[in-house]
Amino acid sequence: MLKDEDRIFTNLYGMHDRSLSGAKARGHWDGTAGLIQKGRDWIVDEMKASGLRGRGGAGFPTGLKWSFMPKESDGRPHYLVVNADESEPGTCKDREIMRHDPHTLIEGCLIASFAMGAHSAYIYIRGEYIREKEALQAAIDEAYDAGLLGANAAGSGWDFDLYLHHGAGAYICGEETALIESLEGKKGMPRMKPPFPAGAGLYGCPTTVNNVESIAVVPTILRRGATWFAGFGRERNAGTKVFAISGHVNHPCVVEEAMSISFEELIEKHCGGIRGGWDNLKAVIPGGSSVPCVRGEKMRDAVMDFDYLRGELGSGLGTAAVIVMDQSVDIIKAIWRLSKFYKHESCGQCTPCREGTGWMMRVMDRLVKGEAAVEEIDMLFEVTKQVEGHTICALGDAAAWPIQGLIRNFREEIEDRIRGRAPIAAE
Amino acid sequence: MTHAPDTADLRALIAPHLGREGPMLPILHAVQEAHGHVPQAAVPVIAEALNLTRAEVHGVVSFYHDFRDSPAGRHMLKICRAEACQAMGGAALSEAVLEKLGLAWGGTTPDGALTVEPVYCLGLCACAPAVMLDGRVHGRVDAARLDALLAEARA
Repeated sequence: MLKDEDRIFTNLYGMHDRSLSGAKARGHWDGTAGLIQKGRDWIVDEMKASGLRGRGGAGFPTGLKWSFMPKESDGRPHYLVVNADESEPGTCKDREIMRHDPHTLIEGCLIASFAMGAHSAYIYIRGEYIREKEALQAAIDEAYDAGLLGANAAGSGWDFDLYLHHGAGAYICGEETALIESLEGKKGMPRMKPPFPAGAGLYGCPTTVNNVESIAVVPTILRRGATWFAGFGRERNAGTKVFAISGHVNHPCVVEEAMSISFEELIEKHCGGIRGGWDNLKAVIPGGSSVPCVRGEKMRDAVMDFDYLRGELGSGLGTAAVIVMDQSVDIIKAIWRLSKFYKHESCGQCTPCREGTGWMMRVMDRLVKGEAAVEEIDMLFEVTKQVEGHTICALGDAAAWPIQGLIRNFREEIEDRIRGRAPIAAE
Repeated sequence: MTHAPDTADLRALIAPHLGREGPMLPILHAVQEAHGHVPQAAVPVIAEALNLTRAEVHGVVSFYHDFRDSPAGRHMLKICRAEACQAMGGAALSEAVLEKLGLAWGGTTPDGALTVEPVYCLGLCACAPAVMLDGRVHGRVDAARLDALLAEARA
């Protein structure tokens, strides 16, 4: 279990002072100017050495992403964009950071922007996060008043402005290029890549889009050293991670833990166990709604990190939003609900996704009721394969994977329902 | 709040944002905050101010779920319908409240007091089921608490 002194987010539960003075008392904004004066290359190298992988879902190494930004500006400004459009069903980790520990994020924005030569950064927060907007804006104002943002930010000699931008309720705007489009005031429709944002992003300028948590851990990593951070978790899965556990556990919670913790330890230590005991565990979606679900019995010994969940269980860590479902859940209906969500949120730009999400939902609709032929299960699987990988952004994949996970793991349940043996679980 | 805004009103709302980069969303937020929705009449005014076509502005307004093209009720109740809340009884909660009010999702009560909309994850999964009433979020809501909240809001 992660020791208290190794926690990066010391106010995740909101029990302490969230103002600037409270954050400073907990060690944030300590020696920020000194970190910046060590130079861009040092910061990027430390981030690479720390092994931090992006916390937004894909797990791309953060230091490497930063190094894609041009070293020297060609006259265009550079931008850092922080993706706070935390819309993945089940995910609620960034909101705790923004609401209770906002200064970790603001300090991280300053350091990360300096490391990428950006004089301004945007935080794109989803429209539904009302309290978080207020908390974050208050913290930004506080930082401006204290001279930590603005000209010569925090006495570092770097001029830096931070803007908070409100989204308006579109899941797709969590995709980095859609987010950039939305920031520019357009419909949030993802762009083709390449060109990647590091070459031509916001307003056609070099841009890096990072998740809130990826940025908020930066100052602490730099202060305590890359080797400290790399000391947690298995190789290639370094660091501490904020897990958000919801569903049928006794105490759903958001908690910072070391990467590669076992699922059993995570649930027993922090969530008070599975509702009705481990035998009552049916399925787990370990990384937010878009990763495939896993059968409960396979999860107990699972190691919660990127490589294990992908390699051994054919799922993914995603945003580490762990959705636990016990035997009372109608798993087919649960996945149908996700299909409906993705159909609703598809931006309609690519045909396979626009049409495919509707098809998949309609077939799922019938599977829930058992009004289908057994062969249609394979047909549905085939359709998911036609959507996956054939769209501009990952929403198509995200819509396909939960269904693939369902068919891989709970095929007999679907067949039973079709043959009329299993009654539809009561609500 | 629901009267049709005139052009001068709209221009006054738009003006402070014109100097910003990417001003469209902030303008739409401002119009919606002032009028409760983004009226059709606002589209050509915004288009003219930003030197865009009306189609482009309409596209943006209709793309984002938060922007309404007609007035909502005086109070807005959004009930979370994502997995975690469903798992904790959110589905039964919303069914009960909709039946009691005689509404479908997105509907407004006949007296114009309340609109009920679905929302897909308020990020409050840890204290599901969650609702948002007039911009305030509430966790661990059951039928009795929701009744109390609504009674307070509508009173």
